[in-house]
Amino acid sequence: MTVAEIFETMEYGPAPESSSLALKWIEERGGDGRLFINNEWRAPSTDEYFDTINPASTRPLARIPQAGSEDVDAAVAAARAAQPGWWEIGGHARARYMYAIARQVQKHSRLFAVMESLDNGKPIRESRDIDIPLVARHFYHHAGWAQLLDSEMPDQVAVGVVGQIIPWNFPLLMLAWKIAPALATGNTVVLKPAEFTSLTALLFAEICEDVGLPPGVVNIITGDGRTGELLVQHHDIDKIAFTGSTEVGRIIRVATAGSGKKLSLELGGKSPFVVFDDADLDSVVEGVVDAIWFNQGQVCCAGSRILAHEGIAEKLTAKLRARMETLRVGDPLDKGVDIGAIIAPVQLEKIQELVKQGTEEGATMWQPSWSCPQEGCFFPPTLFTDVAPSSTVAQVEIFGPVVVLMTFRTPAEAVALANNTRYGLAASVWTESVNLALDIAPRIKAGTVWVNSTNLFDAAAGFGGYRESGFGREGGREGLYEYLKPSWERGQTIQESASFAVQPDKAGRREGPPPIDRTAKLYIGGKQARPDSGYSVQVRDARGALVGEAGRGNRKDIRNAVEAAHKAAGWARQTGHNRAQILYYLAENLAARSDEFARRVGNQQEVELAIQRLYTYAAWADKWDGDVHHTPLRNVTIAMPEAMGVVGICCPDAFPLLGFVSLVMPAIAMGNTVVAAPSERFPLAATDFYQVLDTSDVPGGVINIVTGVRDELAETLAAHDDVDAMWYFGSQEGSATVERLSAGNMKRTWVNYGKGRDWADRQQGEGPEFLRHATHVKNIWVPYGE
Amino acid sequence: MATAINKVQRALRIGHAAHPEEGRNPGMPLDLGWVRDVRVNTSAVERRAATIGTRRTVKKEWQAAWLLRAITCMDLTTLSGDDTPGTVRRMCAKARQPVRHDLLEDLGVAHLPIRVGAVCVYHTLVATAVEALEGSGIPVAAVSTGFPAGLSPFPQRVAEIHASVEAGAREIDIVVTRAHVLTGNWEALYDEVKAFREACGDAHLKAILATGELGTLRNVGRASLVAMMAGADFIKTSTGKENANATLPVSLVMTRAIREYQERTGHKVGFKPAGGIRAAKQSLEWLLLMKEELGSEWLRPDLFRFGASGLLTDIERQLEHHLTGRYSAAHRHPMA
Repeated sequence: MTVAEIFETMEYGPAPESSSLALKWIEERGGDGRLFINNEWRAPSTDEYFDTINPASTRPLARIPQAGSEDVDAAVAAARAAQPGWWEIGGHARARYMYAIARQVQKHSRLFAVMESLDNGKPIRESRDIDIPLVARHFYHHAGWAQLLDSEMPDQVAVGVVGQIIPWNFPLLMLAWKIAPALATGNTVVLKPAEFTSLTALLFAEICEDVGLPPGVVNIITGDGRTGELLVQHHDIDKIAFTGSTEVGRIIRVATAGSGKKLSLELGGKSPFVVFDDADLDSVVEGVVDAIWFNQGQVCCAGSRILAHEGIAEKLTAKLRARMETLRVGDPLDKGVDIGAIIAPVQLEKIQELVKQGTEEGATMWQPSWSCPQEGCFFPPTLFTDVAPSSTVAQVEIFGPVVVLMTFRTPAEAVALANNTRYGLAASVWTESVNLALDIAPRIKAGTVWVNSTNLFDAAAGFGGYRESGFGREGGREGLYEYLKPSWERGQTIQESASFAVQPDKAGRREGPPPIDRTAKLYIGGKQARPDSGYSVQVRDARGALVGEAGRGNRKDIRNAVEAAHKAAGWARQTGHNRAQILYYLAENLAARSDEFARRVGNQQEVELAIQRLYTYAAWADKWDGDVHHTPLRNVTIAMPEAMGVVGICCPDAFPLLGFVSLVMPAIAMGNTVVAAPSERFPLAATDFYQVLDTSDVPGGVINIVTGVRDELAETLAAHDDVDAMWYFGSQEGSATVERLSAGNMKRTWVNYGKGRDWADRQQGEGPEFLRHATHVKNIWVPYGE
Repeated sequence: MATAINKVQRALRIGHAAHPEEGRNPGMPLDLGWVRDVRVNTSAVERRAATIGTRRTVKKEWQAAWLLRAITCMDLTTLSGDDTPGTVRRMCAKARQPVRHDLLEDLGVAHLPIRVGAVCVYHTLVATAVEALEGSGIPVAAVSTGFPAGLSPFPQRVAEIHASVEAGAREIDIVVTRAHVLTGNWEALYDEVKAFREACGDAHLKAILATGELGTLRNVGRASLVAMMAGADFIKTSTGKENANATLPVSLVMTRAIREYQERTGHKVGFKPAGGIRAAKQSLEWLLLMKEELGSEWLRPDLFRFGASGLLTDIERQLEHHLTGRYSAAHRHPMA
């Protein structure tokens, strides 16, 4: 094209970013990757390599080693050996290393960006302006947390050795999200990048070497799912952090069940993008571009379901179609390209298949008039209208540049549609009304809500899911706890801690007529209920003497209790002050009957502590504040702790009253409703307690009590897909079962692996640890400016 | 090739010969409901504006061609208290031959009429400019209506338009009463611009909104719409005398208003950012914005102008760099 011709047409021309230095980097290393273990570069023990391709051309870029079990062992051993030293050098030294890493990332930013675009296919604009700057930011921010750890989290210690498995959509950024918080908190890591995208991880390993990071602190092993499995199964790993599909996350949940490995999972999504009729529609259109045509739509939190108010849907559709026409798909290294290459042929086929299915199911598909490059893995931006929630394309995570549009009439309907999904990763809400935005944001079940914006990320804000989008947070103060544990846990052993005193004998022999028989019932929806089974279990004291009977709850009782708990969901919308009032009232009424409870549990001290604990959570009910995060954007990022929903709680045998109170009260103080299985051996303190509930204005359904065989009840609760979280304090086997069965709906679990906890001890028996388990943090981004 | 050149010449002729009457925005009755419906989310607009220049770029021949196009969309402007007929004539000479001939030859565009879009001066110098540009086809634009504050008596402002048109100005850059926008008196704003448009007759009206003084982007959006309803041929950001000049976010709001107006009425209105645009790179950003938001039609002088005084020199330097690979100096290019 001549200048004169272009002067007439005013078309765009090619604007390629050079790949020569990145290709030279690969060439200088002989075209083969190495494993980075203990600061040494090793060939894989398997002698196996596989190609990593450039998805824009489908031609190979380099060969990547397939790490085998010897390599995984070596990497974990190196990390294990390095961990105590890495903790002991202290926060300031760790901060210096991490600051150096951040600096190195910036110094080599373009090499990282080009390498990322070559290997992953994302447009150079994104790798250059978004991914790599966020990586540096993540290390800077967490260098700061390393510096502050001692003073900010004095009662916490590193988890230990962390196995980290990351996806291919943001290769280096996900590495940063994983490694930065782990290192800041004194953990050492073994990280496996996705097999499609290992190159920037290897470049990162060189940086670790360059800054003199102690050997073993960061180990990078490459390979496919087999390597990941070896890492997940490794006996000497203390925690697994995974980002990827819900399908694989579920496998990991099952595989690690009962192992005691701490787990954080950031999984799939089908995030709603809600557009109200008072939104700035031109800005909404750009929001959709950033939501679903960012990174080819291969974004776990992509706004892939547009929910538009019926009154503006047609106008929005027209604007979207016009905008799609001006998007540019092509060479990821072209600086004027919006949409690059799909990661691999297999992913492209999956997208094509789902789009075909969407059309076959009757949805209207729209794509721009221009066509994609023939060579390489490309797919055009695609919009589906005439879509119903029942359409496959409205339910399934497509992980491609495909968005569906549905309509709603009212805010309530918008919320219902937004929440009509198994996922809960993110949401966007578009309206010019602050009233509406701040009303809707808390009602959408998602870990991140962006108001009038989308796909904003920052190290200072937590990111993570609700529901089957996983659990745990990355970023912000809330993300650090994924890599920490209470320092007292270091000495924890596998045994039940003891109560204050043995259970009393049945009331001593009396003169005159026998005492009146008492029937302990289940307590469901604020009413006493006989067990569905019609069976009872005998309750014996510590010496084996019969002291009474408790109902043997079964599946149906659990079902009823969960339903009752859901009906009481309004509890979460009560003010903290109101919940506090009720908790104080509970303490007051328990105190009034303390002698009776003392006789039941055999000592006065446990009752006294239970009263104190009620006070503790009454106190916390209106004080478990969120944060306003300092994200580098003109906005307010509100990190809001929210109730989990319905929490199943299996209480320990030790401290039949105090254990029950210590678990149930933090849960309800935060707005959850509870289905509690009290101590199996000594359930009568809990069944006595429902009379206290009755007299203390606790709304029916907020606390439901089902007695019976703990592990039977636990199984039903763990396998219940409408239970949002599950706490289990019982045996090692029971803990494993709960974790395994929780994989059904990926509910968050808290189990004790059969280990004891001193419920009478304030550090172990109450406080922020409990409240963190009782809530998850939602980050609401509210940009502002007129 | 020959047809391509013909097309170019045709396009430029249209550009210079003030677009045909049937294509001119006739305006419409003031629609207050529409005005009040305008939504502008400032932070979202800023985010989009920030990526205009990072999502698109033009390099090599494309950059050279785009910069030449920028020249043809330029209102070469002087609005200083010390302007004299001599300085204006010098500027008009530059307007006729904005780029060194040898550079145009080397770029292979010597056959194209590369001239600026218009010359823009105060009323007093209109006659001088008209004379200096005679035969070039380059129109003279006059800033008017009590420029820059627009606070002189209304009849005087209207008379100023008449005088400038009389003196040969084919384009009138009027300023609006900011108070009408700031107080939400849209009827008054509409009546004012409509009166100015009538006073212009066949001359084209560019409505300067003085966006730096309108307080909010929402006001910018609403004022844009009212000016178009009142019959503005162009809407223009700034006088160059406000504290804040043309910015990309402001321009984005105005171009979106133009698009909406066209979608609803079918009439095309031009856009002119002015003030503070001095670098070639900036001019490319605005061209990118126009192409992205309004399409290539808005990359021609009949629908797009830059108000600029210092921009041309930087573009000349970039064009020379494109040809030689050597960074150029301002003194190598004839001054305006």
